[in-house]
Amino acid sequence: MTSTITPDTSATAVISVEEQQFNDLIEADSRIEPRDWMPEGYRKSLVRQISQHAHSEIIGMQPESNWITRAPSLKRKAILIAKVQDEAGHGLYLYSAAQTLGATRDDMTDALIAGKARYSSIFNYPTPSWADMGSIGWLVDGAAICNQVPLCRASYGPYGRAMVRICKEESFHQRQGFEILLELMAGTEEQRQMAQDSVNRWYWPALMMFGPPDDDSPNSAQSMAWKIKRHSNDELRQRFVNMLVPQAAVLGVTLPDPDLHFNEETQQWDLGEIDWTEFHEVLAGRGPNNAQRLQRRRDAHEDGRWVREAASAYARKQSERSEMAAS
Amino acid sequence: MSNSTVNSDSAEADAPAATPEDAHGHVAVDVTTLDAELIEGPSFATPDVAEYALWLGDDSLILAQQLGAWISRAPELEEDVALGNVALDLIGHARSLLHYAGTASDRTEDDLAYWRTEPDFRSLHLVEQPNGDFAHTIARQFIVAHYLFELYSRLRASADATLAAIAAKAVKEVDYHRDHSTQWVLRLAQGTDESRRRMITAFSDLWPYVEEVFRDDPLIDRLEGIAVRPSSLLPAFDAAIAPVLAEAELEVPCGFVASGGGRTGKHSEHLAFLLAEMQVLTRAHPGASW
Repeated sequence: MTSTITPDTSATAVISVEEQQFNDLIEADSRIEPRDWMPEGYRKSLVRQISQHAHSEIIGMQPESNWITRAPSLKRKAILIAKVQDEAGHGLYLYSAAQTLGATRDDMTDALIAGKARYSSIFNYPTPSWADMGSIGWLVDGAAICNQVPLCRASYGPYGRAMVRICKEESFHQRQGFEILLELMAGTEEQRQMAQDSVNRWYWPALMMFGPPDDDSPNSAQSMAWKIKRHSNDELRQRFVNMLVPQAAVLGVTLPDPDLHFNEETQQWDLGEIDWTEFHEVLAGRGPNNAQRLQRRRDAHEDGRWVREAASAYARKQSERSEMAAS
Repeated sequence: MSNSTVNSDSAEADAPAATPEDAHGHVAVDVTTLDAELIEGPSFATPDVAEYALWLGDDSLILAQQLGAWISRAPELEEDVALGNVALDLIGHARSLLHYAGTASDRTEDDLAYWRTEPDFRSLHLVEQPNGDFAHTIARQFIVAHYLFELYSRLRASADATLAAIAAKAVKEVDYHRDHSTQWVLRLAQGTDESRRRMITAFSDLWPYVEEVFRDDPLIDRLEGIAVRPSSLLPAFDAAIAPVLAEAELEVPCGFVASGGGRTGKHSEHLAFLLAEMQVLTRAHPGASW
């Protein structure tokens, strides 16, 4: 960095051996494991992303659990319970992955219920109809898969491996959502309207799940350089829409974008303008259900406090007893 | 959960693997069909057997419906998963039993679950008792799981092959429910002063409904060798719960005994609300399929 060092060697002179090893691993598309050295920014960025993802799974249980007690057949009820339960499981794997980076589950939970942590804004929308179980599977889980499949190759090992498992289950979720809508579209006029109305409500929020446009996404560039993130927001959004158009045709639903058209030149579906004002409103806490979602999570946490305290007190007494027995 | 589950660990992204063992917590949502013996078998229930299947099926259905309401509200995420598992197992049992019951009157499992009114349900008052706090849910689970374990253990030897097959599958699952609720009874009874007080309250609130569980209604006399006589389960039930209560330093509550009557269609005040919620969407769309 000073004039005594020649420009050729300046890079190696300021990088430690560990940092060089880290850079080499990233360069070679290899995995970073919990015991490896990593830059503080990489660690922080991962904790932020993984915990947000875990919180999204946990808050995401609510819009669907809303229909468990009213599911219209026993088969659908069983499938819905299994799906919401999968989401709790995903939350658990992801919290564990974040714990390998030094975050604690208590801190992450506290941040969530204090309203300090982010989760995917999509779950701040309500589920007024049964068809929303279909739209969440088809559109929301579908968008999540487009976002998450590349994360299976994320450079941080525990995250990538958790994502492999999660993506397998998400693909079932998407198919069951599609199937709910297919059944509704083959049903009565009321059922078809229920499905179309639901797709109208979820389509745009699902497109917003990919995040702001590339030229307005502050964290993207560094995440891509670190190979946590592999594709840009706009690329993934485009890929998703290209996938949806033929599926919408099979379902017989109309995607609520009058400007959607096939571009012969790019061989892609060009979409209309996204209302980013709405996105920023929901993100800022002014969406339909932000307050309700957090309140439910906080209530469950507070109502369960005495149970968790009982479990720890019991475990403590048991280990004291076994220590006494051993001595 | 054997037939309705696969182990996701070994599942490919687009095709579920059929490894039923140790499947708790890993339910693939696209594999929730009825047991093969129920779909393929030519077995039709007689009216008495159908009535008995309805008794058992309604108990599982009502309890599953109640447990389903816990999901996303449990004291910890692990319990969201565990209570969800128990609910799924019970829905599986209910579907098998209601499907079989329906063969006597050409009705489907959903006809029976969604289109009967309260007097036609046959559930015990115990399973109709509300979730209450976590201690109430655990006390209800503890009593029911121990009862069902003894019931299904014996029903495996039923002269009715379908009931025996359902019982053989269900007994393994309720054995897990028994363990789950037993662990929680111990933790709550011996955890903190508050948890102990709540556990004692829950047991004393629910014990009035235990007597009905072991009552022999006249139907049982007509199903010798097919049904299990409820009163015959009481000694084994008492023997199974005694050591747990002793370790937890709890006493069997004595006090009220509710008159019950679920098996003849006389229900608690809770059932109508539960059914109203469960059936609301289906009944708004007669003839629709989902």
